[in-house]
Amino acid sequence: MNSFASKEGPGTIQIDSERTLYPYVTGTSVVAIKYKDGILMAADMGGSYGSTLRYKSVERIKPIGKHSLLGASGEISDFQEILRNLDELILYDNMWDDGNSLGPKEVYNYLNRMMYNRRNKFDPLWNSLILGGVKNGEKYLGTVSMIGVHYMDNHVATGFGNHLARPILRDEWREDLTFEEGVKLLEKCMLVLLYRDRSAINKFQVAKITEEGVTVSEPYSLKTFWGFSAFQNPTKGAEGSW
Amino acid sequence: MAKAAIDVPPKGGFSFDLCRRNEMLLQKGVQPPSFRKTGTTIVGLVFQDGVILGADTRATEGPIVCDKNCEKIHYMAPNIYCCGAGTAADTEAVTDMVSSQLQLHRYATGRESRVITALTLLKSHLFSYQGHVSAALVLGGVDVTGPHLHTIYPHGSTDTLPFATMGSGSLAAMAMFESKYREGLTRDEGIKLVCEAICAGIFNDLGSGSNVDVCVITKGNREYLRNHQLPNPRTYVSSKGYSFVKGHTEVLSTKIAHLQLEEVEGDAMEE
Repeated sequence: MNSFASKEGPGTIQIDSERTLYPYVTGTSVVAIKYKDGILMAADMGGSYGSTLRYKSVERIKPIGKHSLLGASGEISDFQEILRNLDELILYDNMWDDGNSLGPKEVYNYLNRMMYNRRNKFDPLWNSLILGGVKNGEKYLGTVSMIGVHYMDNHVATGFGNHLARPILRDEWREDLTFEEGVKLLEKCMLVLLYRDRSAINKFQVAKITEEGVTVSEPYSLKTFWGFSAFQNPTKGAEGSW
Repeated sequence: MAKAAIDVPPKGGFSFDLCRRNEMLLQKGVQPPSFRKTGTTIVGLVFQDGVILGADTRATEGPIVCDKNCEKIHYMAPNIYCCGAGTAADTEAVTDMVSSQLQLHRYATGRESRVITALTLLKSHLFSYQGHVSAALVLGGVDVTGPHLHTIYPHGSTDTLPFATMGSGSLAAMAMFESKYREGLTRDEGIKLVCEAICAGIFNDLGSGSNVDVCVITKGNREYLRNHQLPNPRTYVSSKGYSFVKGHTEVLSTKIAHLQLEEVEGDAMEE
């Protein structure tokens, strides 16, 4: 990432081969909600290479330290870079050995600064991140985009999830959802995304974080319904039409 | 003096003659006139007795709401209605035109119009204009062959669907439909679902807003429920009202100038 094109200081523009211009291998939406005991986050496991579904077992939700979960959509290699940076951050924090550990608020702030600074250098990390966690009974859920736009809310989503899942969540989210209700709500959103997002696949992981710790589920798929009578013979009333 | 040959555009189809001039004007920095768009949420669904269409009522001109309560569900035939999204002039004109064509056809055949007739007339018109007529339509109706619901895109392609949404709010409305639609809905369930979908568009999309219009079409009957729901009432209305009593505004000076009237003889106006 260091520029060897010029000897000027921090204001240097990187030469083009060393900055992200467009994403190559991308993940699609991530959806997350606060529920009674903590945070629930869901994402599918697809990594698309343009219009090809190249990778079908990409884990896009990872635990960070003891108190946070990070989900990412966008360029997968940039997500791996972010994980490397966060690994270092958590490691240095553990080396203090002072009984305190970085909570979701701190990790969120770190991610925010990192994304915004990269954007200012015209070399963004091409991701939309969702950071959720619980520390000392306080639930935290926020999102950071690739240009540093960030906010916290009771339910967040990235990419297509903003258009398809958030209307459902705005209608049906409640403060006191149980674990089962929360998973059902997330599955409702993921099913709509599966039907209507071309880069979504039918292989999901749902992750949960509470005061006790993190659980990332095994991959599973949802049942889809294609049996509408209008689909059986759409041109019944008009032979030769389509 | 050169005799200018007047170019009559070939019958039907788009005339591309002025495109080079328009490009040149754009390069010179001339702003094209903005057109009124209906950034919209329109939906339709098939229920057990027929078809229900729904639409929001906001019309936008760029970032401004120019009509808070416009009508987006257009009449095509007594048994066929059409919702329109896109450029308002285009949707009005194209639905008006096909509605007249359908009426002439009804006189010629002596039968009730069929939905696929409207569909074919609309799609061939839009295709011949290669997408320049910016009208995205949800066409629904009940005829002798049963209930039908179709979507028509500006370039002329069509879909036959059990439920459909179009417009800028279509994703929010589709999220509602995909999660809650099932076959064989009753009339009330259908209207409720249509209202939920339009409200999702109204509250989650900036191009849609104001009220919900619903149209229920069944065999032999149709109900146009204009402003079926008004989820955006005016919240702050001054209870005292507005009264400007004489003496509210301070009069600084008064000057009275009398009009000079002159009587002039003249002829009566020609009829």
